[in-house]
Amino acid sequence: MVRIGAFLVGLFFAGWLLISFLVGAVAYVTEPPQPTVEHEFHKAPRHVSFSFDGPLGKYDQAQLQRGFQVFKEVCSACHSLHYVAFRDLKGIGYNEAEIKAIAKQWAIKTPDVDPKTGEMTTRDPVPADYFPKPFANNVAAAAANNNAIPPDLSLMTKARHHGSAYVYSLLTGFQSQPAELLKKFPDAKTPEGLHYNPYFANLNLAMAPPLTADGQVTYGDGTRSSVDQMSKDVAAFLTWTAEPKLENRRRAGLATIIFLLIATGLAYMSYQNIWADKKKKA
Amino acid sequence: MSFPWAEHYTPKHPAMQWIDEKLPLPRLVYNAVGAGYPVPRNLNYFWNFGVLAGLALVIQIVTGVVMAMHYGANTLVAFSTVEQTMRDVNAGWLMRYAHANGASFFFIVVYLHIFRGLYFGSYKAPREMVWLLGLVIFLLMMATAFMGYVLPWGQMSYWGAKVITGLFGAIPVVGEPIQTWLLGGFAPGNASLNRFFSLHFLLPFVIAAVVILHIWALHIPGSSNPTGVEVKGPQDTVPFHPYYTAKDGFGAGVFLILFAILLFFVPNFLGHPDNYIEANPLSTPAHIVPEWYFWPFYAILRAFTVDFFFVPAKLLGVLAMFASILLLFFLPWLDTSPVRSGNYRPTFKKFFWILVLDVVVLGYCGGAPAEEPYVMISQVAAAYYFAHFLIVLPLISRFEKPLPLPNSITEAVLNRYNIQGEQDALPGMGSDPQPSNAG
Repeated sequence: MVRIGAFLVGLFFAGWLLISFLVGAVAYVTEPPQPTVEHEFHKAPRHVSFSFDGPLGKYDQAQLQRGFQVFKEVCSACHSLHYVAFRDLKGIGYNEAEIKAIAKQWAIKTPDVDPKTGEMTTRDPVPADYFPKPFANNVAAAAANNNAIPPDLSLMTKARHHGSAYVYSLLTGFQSQPAELLKKFPDAKTPEGLHYNPYFANLNLAMAPPLTADGQVTYGDGTRSSVDQMSKDVAAFLTWTAEPKLENRRRAGLATIIFLLIATGLAYMSYQNIWADKKKKA
Repeated sequence: MSFPWAEHYTPKHPAMQWIDEKLPLPRLVYNAVGAGYPVPRNLNYFWNFGVLAGLALVIQIVTGVVMAMHYGANTLVAFSTVEQTMRDVNAGWLMRYAHANGASFFFIVVYLHIFRGLYFGSYKAPREMVWLLGLVIFLLMMATAFMGYVLPWGQMSYWGAKVITGLFGAIPVVGEPIQTWLLGGFAPGNASLNRFFSLHFLLPFVIAAVVILHIWALHIPGSSNPTGVEVKGPQDTVPFHPYYTAKDGFGAGVFLILFAILLFFVPNFLGHPDNYIEANPLSTPAHIVPEWYFWPFYAILRAFTVDFFFVPAKLLGVLAMFASILLLFFLPWLDTSPVRSGNYRPTFKKFFWILVLDVVVLGYCGGAPAEEPYVMISQVAAAYYFAHFLIVLPLISRFEKPLPLPNSITEAVLNRYNIQGEQDALPGMGSDPQPSNAG
């Protein structure tokens, strides 16, 4: 009885799936799916090498500080970084006094309540504060940015596939639309106010190229600030903001794996020892 | 318990004797996973995965309880409390990554455990109840994992919750009220998050309870083994401790090494980047995909694209997805072959490996976007999945001519190691360990 019922159920599901397959296959042949402009022109992030690549790579603190400088002078005008606090900058090599100064001089002020009047006011950030948001709310952010809300950057490199390379590619990837694209997809012309970038998922983004000229940021450590260099540095900085514990994690991992290899080796030997009388080869 | 020759618990220390008289808990443990449980001597490495699944459950409960201490089940703060755990809690990143990857490892070992059961016929009499309870654990795991994935309140959390609860919405008439009732609202929101957190905390302990039943049911007939021949006498078994505790210790070491590689060096490899974006009901991700361990079932869900008369395709997909798991409950009665082990069933063995390949293909299609050719491939693969269990397996059991079985476990072992007798073994010699061929 069970088997007859099962046979009928199986026949129904398998049969209907095969019919669905045939319907789909006929449609696939008669009306092959049209390639979309994203399919054809979207590019995977460019290859770029960082000091933190590979299983034991570490952050380059000078690079993180340069990246922070790019964030401070360029990105922070529109993008928030609200999972990172000023105190966290210790992780990229600043000391307490420097962090205090950075917080105090930060262009965007921290919203607060006036302790005397209870009115909303702002004050200089202190190291315990998170990076203040550049816009009071999403409506203000959208209104100031052609209806697009600049995303928070704290986790950007983990929120995209190959995030570090993605940030680098996006920042260096602005270009005019290829003539070939317009020939093939005349309707896909970049709309007014958007900017063509093949590394962006739907090819047109609201952000104007933020890094446009070599020397836009003057690095304190004397590194030449080409657009390429600045993009790479800020990509490294945003990798750190997304994964500040990367070096701890890798160090702990190395120690754990060495420990486990030894422990597992010993476990294997005791296993063999205990079983020695049960399986002996002739 | 299982066999008359099982060793008896005889506490020597007066304190242990005292405890044994008042509460024979040490005796219970001794008989369950100690020297008092005789186990077939020929188990291969695939028999490690039950213990490994138990280890994975313990890892999940320990890391999960710590995570819960730092988590805020409220849509306003859920995402940021998880981020704070990662950044400001001592070893919080370790707990979080261990919990997220631990779920994946739990499913990896459970899938291997299930496929071991499928290949070696562990579901057959007299172990049907072990199999059924195992499936209950599997269903509870799926529910727990799904709700756990919602908790970080990222984009995939939100949209995953929306899609999965939407499955209930496909049921005619009562579907939408059920969906609203499950979510506590018309869309995933604070009410959903709170109840998911509550259940996500509760269900692992329910799983632990069913695991106890699973092991209890296993101990009535005793463990199965790769030959599928039942234990005939004391020479066929070894005490669980120290023989299998030692082997499981080694297995646990290998498991932990692989787990550590993923956890410490590529902790986001199995995750989806979109879950690092906070949930946004106004922005739908380009491709909504569940975690990898649900992909085969997700592929079956999406494989139905044509309405069956008045039954919409979506409802068919939902029914098929539930059926694809529920049919496993009938397996002991679908496969009627008296031979358990796939090693002695030449036809079954071929189809078994087709099934393994089929499930991998389904998994791949389930993770791919809902586009051609993935939909067509998953339709064929899903058709085979149902045909395999509901049509092919009963037919094989009927017509297959199995290979001759060994007379006993000991005979199979002796043939394997070319041993004439057992008298030459010296207990405790380990200066030159033999290379293991236990597999």
